[in-house]
Amino acid sequence: MAKDEHKIIGEVTTTDYKYGFVSDIETDSISMGLNEDVVRLISQKKNEPEWLLKFRLKAYRKWLSMTEPNWAHLKIPEINFQDIIYYAAPKKKKELQSMDEVDPELVDTFNKLGISLEEQKVLSGVAVDAVIDSVSVKTTFSDTLAEKGIIFMSFSEAVQQHPELVKKYLGSVVPIGDNYFAALNSAVFSDGSFCYIPKGVRSPVELSTYFRINAANTGQFERTLIIADEGAYVSYLEGCTAPQRDENQLHAAIVEIIAHKDGEVKYSTVQNWYPGNKEGKGGIFNFVTKRGLCEGDRSKISWTQVETGSAITWKYPSCILKGDNSVGEFYSVAVTNNYQQADTGSKMIHLGKNTRSTIISKGISAGKSHNSYRGLVKVNAKADNARNFSQCDSLLLSDTCGAHTFPYIETSNPTAIVEHEATTSKISDAQLFYCQQRGISPEKSIALIVNGYAKEVLNKLPMEFAVEAQKLLSISLENSVG
Amino acid sequence: MSKNKTEIAPQLKEDLLHQFEATIDSFEAKESPFFVEKRKKAYEEFKLLGFPDNTLESWRKTNLKPFLERAYDIEYLPAKTTSPKESIFQCDINQFDTDLYTMLNGEWIEGANGVTTYDNGTIVANLSIAKLAFPDLFKAHYGECVINERNGLIALNSALYQEGYFIYVPDNVEHNTNLQMVNIINSEQSIFTNTRNLVILGKNAKLKLVHCDDSINNNSSFINNVTEICLQEGADLDLYKLQNKDDEAIVMTSTFIRQAKDSNLSSNTIVLNGGLIRNDTHVSLNGRGANADVMGLYLVDRKQIVDNHVYISHNVSNCSSKQVFKGIVDDQAHSIFNGHTMVKQDAQQTIAFQNNNNIQLTTKSKIDTHPFLEIYADDVKCSHGATVGQLDMEAMFYLMQRGICERNARMLLMSAFVRQIINEIALPTMRASVDELVQKRLKGELSACEQCSIQCIDPDKPIHFDIDISKI
Repeated sequence: MAKDEHKIIGEVTTTDYKYGFVSDIETDSISMGLNEDVVRLISQKKNEPEWLLKFRLKAYRKWLSMTEPNWAHLKIPEINFQDIIYYAAPKKKKELQSMDEVDPELVDTFNKLGISLEEQKVLSGVAVDAVIDSVSVKTTFSDTLAEKGIIFMSFSEAVQQHPELVKKYLGSVVPIGDNYFAALNSAVFSDGSFCYIPKGVRSPVELSTYFRINAANTGQFERTLIIADEGAYVSYLEGCTAPQRDENQLHAAIVEIIAHKDGEVKYSTVQNWYPGNKEGKGGIFNFVTKRGLCEGDRSKISWTQVETGSAITWKYPSCILKGDNSVGEFYSVAVTNNYQQADTGSKMIHLGKNTRSTIISKGISAGKSHNSYRGLVKVNAKADNARNFSQCDSLLLSDTCGAHTFPYIETSNPTAIVEHEATTSKISDAQLFYCQQRGISPEKSIALIVNGYAKEVLNKLPMEFAVEAQKLLSISLENSVG
Repeated sequence: MSKNKTEIAPQLKEDLLHQFEATIDSFEAKESPFFVEKRKKAYEEFKLLGFPDNTLESWRKTNLKPFLERAYDIEYLPAKTTSPKESIFQCDINQFDTDLYTMLNGEWIEGANGVTTYDNGTIVANLSIAKLAFPDLFKAHYGECVINERNGLIALNSALYQEGYFIYVPDNVEHNTNLQMVNIINSEQSIFTNTRNLVILGKNAKLKLVHCDDSINNNSSFINNVTEICLQEGADLDLYKLQNKDDEAIVMTSTFIRQAKDSNLSSNTIVLNGGLIRNDTHVSLNGRGANADVMGLYLVDRKQIVDNHVYISHNVSNCSSKQVFKGIVDDQAHSIFNGHTMVKQDAQQTIAFQNNNNIQLTTKSKIDTHPFLEIYADDVKCSHGATVGQLDMEAMFYLMQRGICERNARMLLMSAFVRQIINEIALPTMRASVDELVQKRLKGELSACEQCSIQCIDPDKPIHFDIDISKI
């Protein structure tokens, strides 16, 4: 049995990255490096108002005074921030009126990824704001959404068309000096998505964005801002794949979510950036700041993530539960293989009364990878009757990988109930034996057990995504373990 | 760590460094080069590290700065006391069958020669004398598992320690009298002491050791203690720590335990009172079949801070460990628990368990709990849990509807909560007494209250409905 397992796990390392192709689209890049002029240039290229330039410059100056965080359980190679191109946009030939006018190569790229804009538009009913590198090229279903008063567009468009909303909310959840990478993003963010759901509106479709790093050596600095006004609801999907590159690419995104009174935002993501090859060479550095603010009473923010990619992941989707009776949720499956490193988890900050939060985190480590859960549950003195339940389990699939758990619980309220539990183990021989004596092959048995292990989280994904997520789990551990 | 961070308590550090430079000659005169070299090395390390501050992950929640900025008498050299030890200290534990050894203000006050040898070969001695008397034992074990780099306080201790206790139980000896080591602080000055202990258990040796930290007056004092424990093959140690200090006292203990094959450690730390108490326990499981149970209980109120750090390193396969800490936090007190289980790559078939449960009673109290697991082997069973909550309202309702007043119902539930830890105490008299102490503590009638200058308990207020819990 052990031999089979080793063989299977060994095969994991030979699985190629399925989405590793480079599409040849003309990109409009600026020269490498970062200084104040680059920040000004980005702002100028995007024709931004004065206040936004000031925001960027303030962030840039703040960033200069900060140092890279080193507290995570990660070995991060030194990043040369002057060796990165901070802006790249696919060249726009002209304003696009219909699908026919979209760059055929670009359409092809989407087809390879299985996201035909055409099909999406007609069949699935999902509005897609496709982001290639940094500039949104095509937004679909805007008309349908516009009828409801929903604003869903690229960030740069939003800056032009709804500057008052952007100005009001930008940086309100993740301040410019929040952390090193957030400051960097605030200075140089190129584009991203903006979403505003007005009062009492339930978004009729699930909004989704596909991120894709395309031009070589281009760090992506996405900025996403989602606002659910009073009583509004939206389910937002984000998925990422990136082409195979030998050099590390930096991805430092920020996602900010604001949920007003009775508002609800469900944010789901499948992350499959290039993890590097089996020697641990290359791969994306994914240093992301994601944070939601449950501003109003009875608001709710739910994060669901499936993390299979990236060489290094540094990501802690968090909820600030400010409104009374607000709810925060975090569901995560993180798979690491080969030399991947992940330090991920969630922060739940309870400020309002009767706030509730749930954290379910499932880590799976294989190969020589390291997978850490790091989470904070903080209950403020005024958060009466706050309730948290956290569970973070780790599954180890090799004797060379590591699975670590670093939970932080800090409470200052006597009515709070906070529970944390975690287990770390390998797949039990009894489970494997049971499956195999029913005639299931070792490989399929492991797949079955891993899927069952992650089920609790996968179930939280919207239908469209659950399929992709399962596929990704398979790709990451398949041939092999899943 | 950034290079240009501002150090905390630079003046005290400077003074201590001078103190070392001033005393190194006397150390050289008294001690063999083996010890002097270690001191010099530790001095350099302290010089580099300084006092631990909030930029260190493991000190993020415990701010030493205000405590270090107090004025301490670092040159304090106690005059040899002549009064009988009974007049200094009376153990709260009645009919506690132990051999009691007392240290006053960090100074050994047991007999002139400071060495007691039992018939079975067990030695209990003043460390500074034992160092000269048993050079071979010290060469083999002294400083073997202390990691000065962990923080500046440990390095400081290794450089400047004066006295402490030394215990040696030879191979295959079951020492049948319990040893009780008491460290009392009773001084008019605010003293800063560095005490150092070394405990060696030979192969298959057995010992029950009780370590008490107590203080008599309410002066600010700083105890910086390092204890080194070596358990050889099959050795078995029951270690109890009782800490009942005054509200101004600062106690920093760092205990390093090295365990060989099939050895067993059962440690139980009971913190009843103290200003700032930090217990660092560092266990290395170096031989197959070793087991370490590290337990603790803390009952804190007023502005007390108690910080328990436990680091258990599974270095080889087939070892097991358990960390269970429970606490009740009242008033403006602050409790910190940091459990860290490290499972190295070779440590297959490890079983490790970690649990921390807290009851928080007030809005001004704070609880931080960080149960960490760091695992590099795959064939392991590791789990941890942590809870923060309050008394079960349904249970309260049940008790109250049976006619038990709210106060007593709370008492009952709290005493049930702490029972798990108390029940683990293997010495019956001590268990009963600790139980009694805890009950008193929960009722707010501290045994140290008579001496306490705060007089927080209203003496005029009679206590009604006192119930005998054992009869329910």
